[in-house]
Amino acid sequence: MAALATLLPAPGPAGLALERLEGLFDRAFGQRLNPWRHLGALAFFCFWLCAATGIWIYVAFDTSATGAWASVAALDRGDFPLGAFARALHRYSADAMVVVVVAHLVRELARRHHATFRRYAWVTGVLLPLPLLAAGIGGYWLPWDQLALWSLTATTEWLDAIPLFDGALTRNVIDAGQVNDRLFSLFIFLHIGIPLALLATMWAHIQRVSPARTQPPRALAAGTLAALAALSLAAPLELLPPADLSSLPERLPVDWFYLFAHPAMAAMSPEGLWAVVLAAFAVLAAMPFASRIARAPAARVSLANCNGCARCFADCPFGAVTMVPRSDDRPHPREARVDSALCAGCGICTGACPSSTPFRRGESLVTGIDMPSLPIGEAREALERRARTLEGEARIVVFGCRWAADTASLERPDTVAIALLCAAMTPPSFIEYALRAGADGVLVAGCREGDCEFRVGSEPAAARLAGVRAPALRPSVPRERIRLAFAGRTDGARLRAELEDFRRHLRRLQPGAASPGLPPRRQEPRHG
Amino acid sequence: MNAGLRLVSQAALYAAFAAFIGYFSTSPAFEPIAPGHALLRISLNHAGQRKSACHVRTPEELAKLAPNMRAAEDCPRERAPVRVKVELDGAAIADIVAVPSGFSRDGASVAYRRLAVPTGVHRLRVALADDAAGTFDRVREETVTLEAGRVLVVDFEPGKGSILLR
Repeated sequence: MAALATLLPAPGPAGLALERLEGLFDRAFGQRLNPWRHLGALAFFCFWLCAATGIWIYVAFDTSATGAWASVAALDRGDFPLGAFARALHRYSADAMVVVVVAHLVRELARRHHATFRRYAWVTGVLLPLPLLAAGIGGYWLPWDQLALWSLTATTEWLDAIPLFDGALTRNVIDAGQVNDRLFSLFIFLHIGIPLALLATMWAHIQRVSPARTQPPRALAAGTLAALAALSLAAPLELLPPADLSSLPERLPVDWFYLFAHPAMAAMSPEGLWAVVLAAFAVLAAMPFASRIARAPAARVSLANCNGCARCFADCPFGAVTMVPRSDDRPHPREARVDSALCAGCGICTGACPSSTPFRRGESLVTGIDMPSLPIGEAREALERRARTLEGEARIVVFGCRWAADTASLERPDTVAIALLCAAMTPPSFIEYALRAGADGVLVAGCREGDCEFRVGSEPAAARLAGVRAPALRPSVPRERIRLAFAGRTDGARLRAELEDFRRHLRRLQPGAASPGLPPRRQEPRHG
Repeated sequence: MNAGLRLVSQAALYAAFAAFIGYFSTSPAFEPIAPGHALLRISLNHAGQRKSACHVRTPEELAKLAPNMRAAEDCPRERAPVRVKVELDGAAIADIVAVPSGFSRDGASVAYRRLAVPTGVHRLRVALADDAAGTFDRVREETVTLEAGRVLVVDFEPGKGSILLR
């Protein structure tokens, strides 16, 4: 257990600063609706909003060199129902997608989520800005106004820096004879094809999480939609004069979310921009391979204790557990198998395993799926040993999470803390066991709601205690002696206050009423 | 935080998010060309002349070839690079050497440059050489008036009168 500390990357200053910032958002949105915890889902939401508005305005768009500008002008005039509004919402939702994708990347980086079992998600995520920006920049060409021509020319100048082209691409867009309907067909093909490629990349990005969250909570989606819709009404888009190959406007209202690369290129050179872009991608993509973050040992299946119930399979947030046909002679059709490359080492599977119950009477507790870095048997021994030391009016056992608020600092004669790999590693039976071992109350302290280091741990932890998810806490266990707290690494003071409140609550209850004692232990382990 | 204050806080944060997007979606404005300047785009897509002349095969040489290979001339594939010199009011502002494309250097020479030039009335001289000796045998010299933001394209198309200014 001591070696475990070296496996956990210490939260860096950026991670802690971000957690404090998220704490401020918690006050406004609550932990569950905090937008920082739904950035990936918000990106999907923005994508679909963009797709829906894009389809709507495409109905009225004229895909021709001579008609494109006029059709967009007609949209803005209101010749097509909701045309100007949909066009603005299309733009702003695309901009919002850049914001949430960048915020998502920064957040994951600050939390050091770029290595080990997250390597695949990181690398596919780093690739995402490429189709995202390409799709957005291509969209700016369609209205064929002055901004479109400037962006198109700047893009071809950048691509022409590739020795293969040598200026051939730009030549196609500075000659009026070359700017024809075929070119606009190409624009449309790109503006539909590249977003589809973006969607495919997003799909690939979420393949190793289970379940993937691609929809933000309704309240958050509604708030985001309302904000973008209000912006679309308050600041409709400005269509510049039609593209004129013989002139450049003095000033252009640039969308910095997508078109920032053009001014950057003007400030350096096309070759310089290539160097910056390639270096940025190379550094980000190489980060997981250069990381020194050690990998937590993967969960291990004990076939002798696995009956193939599939609860670990259902609860694994990274799809590391699969159910396969039985490989031994036990009378169960399936068994759990762990893909160590995908396993995060979170222990949520151990908390889900019915064999993890400490009431099993064997001398040693071996469960169906266990964590080598913190076997559940050691957790039971620690609980028994430490519960015996409790004294006072309100004796409390705290089951904590090593990634959440520090629980060791909560310890005092009437309080012991057992930090697990995740709050959801706590089998509900351990809570009942703690009460029978002498505790007057049990506090389960996990990460902030929705902010689990392992994505979803706080949810199964809460659902099991509420009795709505297997393995559920038995109905006979007094609920008034159990409390669930969500506190992040920077929420130590709040957790202490929560514990103190729980302590006062327990003092009002009859002491020792929940502690009938532990059942006797057999010398030989038995399971079934 | 009570429910009312929480709602107000949420509204403020949503408004800040929308304001952030709304502002940077169009601002600050960018100047694509420095004030008081026009833009000269030099664009070229032209195959230079062959680097060496074709050799007319003698009857003896033809006889040595297979019947289906008896072309009258043996032409080396490699072409000469195309060179363009641009002068503004007597000062050289561009000297471009565009090498032929292709592994055998037998394709067209392609080049593109963008140059910001001060506005005003200028004497523009463009000279182009496309043979192996580098002879500038195509020249166009003209007085041009460039207003701020004007884009003048310098092109070369033999079929449309050699050097074009448009």
